[in-house]
Amino acid sequence: MFFKMAWRNLWRNPRRTTVILIAVVIGLWSLLFLNAFMRGAIEQMVENNISILTGHLKVQKTGYHSDPVIENSITQPDEVKGVLAKVLPKEARYTSRVRLQVVASNARHNAGVTLVGIDPEAEAEMSFIGDAPLQGRYLSADTPHKILAGRALVEKMETQLEYKLVLMGQDTQNEIASRAFRIRGIFDAELESTEKQYVFVLKQAAQDMLRMGPAVSEFSVLLPEGALLPGVAQALKEALPEGYRVYTWRELLPLMDAYLKMFDGFIYLWTVAVFIAMGFGLVNTILMTVYERMHEFGLLKALGMKSGWIIREVLAEAFLILVLGMAAGNGLGVITVEAMSGGLDLSAFAAGAEFAGMSRIIYPRIVLQDMLVANGVVFFLGLGVSLYPALKAARFTPVEAMLQT
Amino acid sequence: MAIVELTGVTKTYQQGKVSVQALRGVDLRVEKGSFLALAGPSGSGKTTLLNLIGGLDRPSQGDIRVDEHDFARMNQSELAELRLFKIGFVFQSYNLIPVLSALENVEFVMLLQRIGAAERRQRAEAVLAEVGLSGLLERRPLELSGGQQQRVAVARAIVSGPAIVLADEPTANLDSKTGQGLLEMMKTLNAQKGVTFIFSTHDNMVMDYARRLVLIRDGRVAEDQVKGS
Repeated sequence: MFFKMAWRNLWRNPRRTTVILIAVVIGLWSLLFLNAFMRGAIEQMVENNISILTGHLKVQKTGYHSDPVIENSITQPDEVKGVLAKVLPKEARYTSRVRLQVVASNARHNAGVTLVGIDPEAEAEMSFIGDAPLQGRYLSADTPHKILAGRALVEKMETQLEYKLVLMGQDTQNEIASRAFRIRGIFDAELESTEKQYVFVLKQAAQDMLRMGPAVSEFSVLLPEGALLPGVAQALKEALPEGYRVYTWRELLPLMDAYLKMFDGFIYLWTVAVFIAMGFGLVNTILMTVYERMHEFGLLKALGMKSGWIIREVLAEAFLILVLGMAAGNGLGVITVEAMSGGLDLSAFAAGAEFAGMSRIIYPRIVLQDMLVANGVVFFLGLGVSLYPALKAARFTPVEAMLQT
Repeated sequence: MAIVELTGVTKTYQQGKVSVQALRGVDLRVEKGSFLALAGPSGSGKTTLLNLIGGLDRPSQGDIRVDEHDFARMNQSELAELRLFKIGFVFQSYNLIPVLSALENVEFVMLLQRIGAAERRQRAEAVLAEVGLSGLLERRPLELSGGQQQRVAVARAIVSGPAIVLADEPTANLDSKTGQGLLEMMKTLNAQKGVTFIFSTHDNMVMDYARRLVLIRDGRVAEDQVKGS
């Protein structure tokens, strides 16, 4: 009967109840949508960054990370390969690369780029280059002096397919090494900076040009879904001999890590802001109903209702508002995110989005944990703030309260 | 056997900087099964006295005992418990819970007493039939006349078998015919079930029905008259 009373009391003033319900619905909906949007954006940012030659883990020679020169290459890649094969989960993938800062030039322009020497087949499974839209053709083992360049670089260099690019860098003998590569493919990437920064050649070709022998710059690892990154990283660290370092993507992408923390903070702030707005509305509404019904609370006390029951009665009304609002807010949030499952096109803000490392199209995603947190905050803090009017109602003395009309 | 005993009860209200002495030392003893009216002009202190007997307020001085419970030794929660189980209230302006039906209003007190749903319903229906409201169980207060609402209030007051029923000007908002019907009903309940009724009133009809009349004037018992004696 308490819930029946609470329910009927709510609708004694339908307009006021509707207004506060709308506040709860909008608050929860905005929390869910923002969480879903942020979650989608963050996951894509992480995915983008991992696919841009980072991977989940990297193994490098000690010192390479701070000074990525050719002298800090891995000279015995088979040693590392053996450890990776032994330690990594079965479904994990890995590949080795040669990476070096070089100058790319043609008759008109030159530009600083990162030369990436790859195993085409293994790399296609590992990084964005395997999925990137490509004009021309991908690298293959029988085309040693071909190169893949990004569209932005090609446009900057005013060149085209089948034209030559000359790469020039310092080899292992501290001599300037250079070699001409013919453009076999022009790739498009999610970020323009990626198109400008990287050029891909066969690993063997890079090793030959730089006189590296079998040496490589790094091993990059992609872990299967569900694998625990810190555990695998620790196992690798323990298994590798002296002279190697293992980096997780969080260590390799400190800016990304900072972004993630910033987003977490932003979501937290938004949650607080939404809650403050909603909480004040809720307290105000329930306080109004409590003062309007002061006489009634006096009557209930006169009939023998104890303070605890009065608190329960007022909280039951808050509970119903919250549960109704949460049901509608969740429904609206899920419908909105579902409606945007095709992606939210941020092309209009592409430059700003790219600066933040975001994709042009964001796919909002609701995660159960986010939903539980948003609902938990709204529900428990909502009930918490409703305690104030409930305690007020419980403190009325019957005689004073019944004097009110 | 006394169901209510008041000894040297005073009550002073503070209104701003002014002290208003509503009761100036009341001694009163009410026997079980009484049908008693507290009469007196407005402001004489009869409602204050009724509130004190009902444990709705505390005296400034003096002792109050109801059904052998000493109010001075009871906290608010114990007083609420006593009101719930031992005292029924009927108010001048009916004071039914507006969102509940007649049946639910009567059931409500038993809900607080944690009586099971089936028993609640059965007892509520029986007592509403007793006060002549069988056909109006599902009506909400606003769908009932003043007399009908007051009957629901009486049903609510007596449904859990209280030791006393305190009625504050129960006929004040009723026409004389309806008021008389209500008083007849209460008199019957008093006679048949031995329920103790204490009224505050300045309605002559209530005074006529009462078997004992206590006149309150200026916060004191001015006259105590047992009729037929």
